[in-house]
Amino acid sequence: MSSQDMTPAPAPGTPAPVAPPRPTGRLRRMLDSDIFYSWKRSPVTVIATFTALFLILMALMAPLIAPHDPFNPASLNLMDGFTPPASASAFSDNWFLMGADNQGRDVLSTIMYGSRVSLFVGFMATLFAVVMGMGLGLAAGYNGGMIDAVIMRVADIQLSFPAILIALLIFGVARGVIPANQQESMAIWVLILAIGLSNWAQFARTVRGATMVEREKDYVAAARIMGVHPVLILLRHILPNVLGPVLVIGTIGLALAIIEEATLSFLGVGVPPTQPSLGTLIRIGQQYLFSGEWWILFFPAMTLILLALSVNLLGDWLRDALNPKLR
Amino acid sequence: MSGPLLDVRNLSRRFDVSKPWLNRKIEGLERLYVKAVDDVSFTVNRGETFALVGESGSGKSTIARLIVGLLKPTAGEIFFDGQSLAKGLNGAEARRLRRRFQMIFQDPLASLNPRWRVTDIIAEPLRVFEGGMADRERRLRVGELLTLVGLSPEDGVKFPHQFSGGQRQRIAIARALAARPEFIVCDEPTSALDVSVQAQILNLMKDLQREFGLTYVFISHNLQVVRHMSDQIGVLYLGRLAEVNSAAGLFAAPRHPYTRMLLDAVPDIEMTGRGRRKVEGEIPSPLSPPPGCTFHPRCPLANDRCRREVPHLRAGVACHAVEEGRVPA
Amino acid sequence: MTEPLLSVRGLTVEFPTRHGILTAVEDIDLDIMPGEVLGMVGESGAGKSMTGNAIIGLIEPPGRIARGEVLLKGQRIDNLPPDEMRAIRGRRIGMIFQDPLTSLNPLYRISDQLVETIRTHLPLSRDAALKRAIGLLDDVGIPDAARRIDDYPHQFSGGMRQRVVIALALCAEPDLVIADEPTTALDVSVQAQIIEVMKQLCAERGAAILLVTHDMGVIAETADRVAVMYAGRIAEIGPVRDVIKHAMHPYTAGLMGAIPRLGENLDRLSQIPGAMPRLSAIPQGCAFNPRCPRVMDRCRVDRPGLLEPVPGRRVACWLYPEEAQA
Repeated sequence: MSSQDMTPAPAPGTPAPVAPPRPTGRLRRMLDSDIFYSWKRSPVTVIATFTALFLILMALMAPLIAPHDPFNPASLNLMDGFTPPASASAFSDNWFLMGADNQGRDVLSTIMYGSRVSLFVGFMATLFAVVMGMGLGLAAGYNGGMIDAVIMRVADIQLSFPAILIALLIFGVARGVIPANQQESMAIWVLILAIGLSNWAQFARTVRGATMVEREKDYVAAARIMGVHPVLILLRHILPNVLGPVLVIGTIGLALAIIEEATLSFLGVGVPPTQPSLGTLIRIGQQYLFSGEWWILFFPAMTLILLALSVNLLGDWLRDALNPKLR
Repeated sequence: MSGPLLDVRNLSRRFDVSKPWLNRKIEGLERLYVKAVDDVSFTVNRGETFALVGESGSGKSTIARLIVGLLKPTAGEIFFDGQSLAKGLNGAEARRLRRRFQMIFQDPLASLNPRWRVTDIIAEPLRVFEGGMADRERRLRVGELLTLVGLSPEDGVKFPHQFSGGQRQRIAIARALAARPEFIVCDEPTSALDVSVQAQILNLMKDLQREFGLTYVFISHNLQVVRHMSDQIGVLYLGRLAEVNSAAGLFAAPRHPYTRMLLDAVPDIEMTGRGRRKVEGEIPSPLSPPPGCTFHPRCPLANDRCRREVPHLRAGVACHAVEEGRVPA
Repeated sequence: MTEPLLSVRGLTVEFPTRHGILTAVEDIDLDIMPGEVLGMVGESGAGKSMTGNAIIGLIEPPGRIARGEVLLKGQRIDNLPPDEMRAIRGRRIGMIFQDPLTSLNPLYRISDQLVETIRTHLPLSRDAALKRAIGLLDDVGIPDAARRIDDYPHQFSGGMRQRVVIALALCAEPDLVIADEPTTALDVSVQAQIIEVMKQLCAERGAAILLVTHDMGVIAETADRVAVMYAGRIAEIGPVRDVIKHAMHPYTAGLMGAIPRLGENLDRLSQIPGAMPRLSAIPQGCAFNPRCPRVMDRCRVDRPGLLEPVPGRRVACWLYPEEAQA
């Protein structure tokens, strides 16, 4: 309870003016403690958090901690190819924890570098989808009418196709537009664009719904009465209040984007072979599954599953933690 | 400097409640409108409180939103200090006008942005209307406003959810006062509050009115609160003014049959056992209001003329029975 | 003297939270006589609805009745298994809530809901139950009841819906009706009608009412006795007229002074400073002491129990002698 509950109505008069203190960080932490509490209480979420953090750190620090450099042809020995896990190559002294692939690359190292590519594409594509979806969702929700109708019908149409199909389509168009000599260097950005564009619609939908709810609230009315510009109302008032659901579906969207990237790379239309992602590794590995070299497929696939699962679980928890009705 | 500050003339507002275009075409339906406010005229004098009282569907909140420009009228005009508001507010003149009026809402939690700190909430009008104000000066002013409404400057760092309902309404009042307006539209400002807190807020509003010479349009469904707060009262029924009178006059001698019924419906807390007539019927749906005087199905004095002809406000009351002298004393 | 219909003794409701156990309702003692209307009035957070819910076994977990007992005609009902409690709700205790839609299922016709409730509690054939349902709707003042009984809840206005809920609450001839803010969502003119219907029908059937509301006006119109609640406890309980005209507890007096009146126009309302404490910060001693104009040293230390300084009136305040004079 605040001490101010006891303050009687003021006697009209002019008290010596005192400015309110500036906000402190402690308040912020107090505010967040409910979320922290619910995090602590959920062992699954704690495990998911550490798994995701571990995988992300591993990817970030790949150049520093990877036992081999799988992309340096000088350090590769084709004779190391198909070395099984936890054994040394019969031809060199190289020892491979997760075995080596067909070209003698260390599977563990390729996974580290591959996660880097997967996470980078996933993050950037989700960011793109969030920014685009949020912008369009805010515009549609606040204005209503024609703007709303046009944006949301486009979103509806897009949502009625599988995201992967749209990504393939955009990818194909980009291939045709970009000159051949730049295709290799542009490939990763095309991929980000393709995945981002195929995912914006759900963000737009969520943000539009939340915006329509917030728009009707009296704090927006108060700002409108003062004549605050609609763009400022959207950015300063409404945006902070619709971020919660965006964070939730953004997290789940990240997992989806990573899987989508893997799917595209598996199909061979994703990142160039010189920069293999987890999906590329899985594609390479599946060729050897039936000839007994299971580790080339197994370890990258497990990493992908762990990454997607842990991010998804985090998103699930976030949704529950931010939902006041469930608290 | 007396004379009306606000002059509302023949104000009407209808809402389109039609089904979507496709449904209309398939089901062969017409467009459907609700007359939320129908031909309402009144004036508000400087420094006074004009109350609009009515039950659900009376259009009182719509009028509040029309006055402050959140809605555009379908017909009629609103003059604020001689200048027309209904033409739409634009440009520098609009800024000067907007600065002079403010609004206080029913639900103080919804009227404060939950993600903003109280200091930022109260400073918003200052940022809008006094852009040149130095940060320090602005913060001093916020502290002063918080003290004025009975909170303390330290409360500025908190968020709205950390306060009780009454305190939130104090914050909303502080924001309304920040840019020193002359005129405040109060839309059910105490309906969400408990009685003991309501008394605090009503007293505060009266104190502030006296100190700053404020003019209020006070909207409420609660007759006791209206009686306590206002100088003039307009009674609304289904979007039309039934009766306008001074507070003392209206409660001493209600003229319109609806006003009388409303007064009779107020619980008798003094337990005087005053004689009361039973309330008849319910408010009709605004979608299909009765023809003629909209009150006629519930009115003990209704005759054929009431069922046909819409009564207009004459000498403060819109009632054929009053006009024809058919109302028993 | 007749035996009370409902006795509540030392009823305490607690909510365990991560910050400790919150006591929402503490040590409630009250009796309702057959046919009596007992008002329970208080501001939000006073625990009045919680008390009503505890009596009918509707406390949402993790809340729980920590102490005390509830006796219906001498039989304990607070420790009954859920299915027996469910049989008592509806059959012996009827319920009316603020929002009619919590009692009415929007997907079923009114007739289905009434007939089902009647037949759950009374051994009647479908036709007999339907006849009874139509009779009830007639009684609560729904015009053309025989036809309207086949309508869905959304086809009724708010006031008419609340009438249907009253019919539903009364359909098994309960001994007690618990009405929780039955008119709060309604317009003034409709409120007067609903109060009238509720009061009249219960009187005809000899059912007692526990009327929970924040509105002193509704209490004044309806109740025989009133319990004023503050911070989870009863501050004062006694005949309505006495409590309203001569409040004993300083909180009641403050509350009455804070209500604007039609008959007079005071420049300022008398106001109680501050607000009701949150459950997590109920002051030591008397919960009202920080706001009380007549606070004494003792009030800050000892919590007063319900004393009976005047026969028939009990008040939890140290201003009054501890022993009854009579």
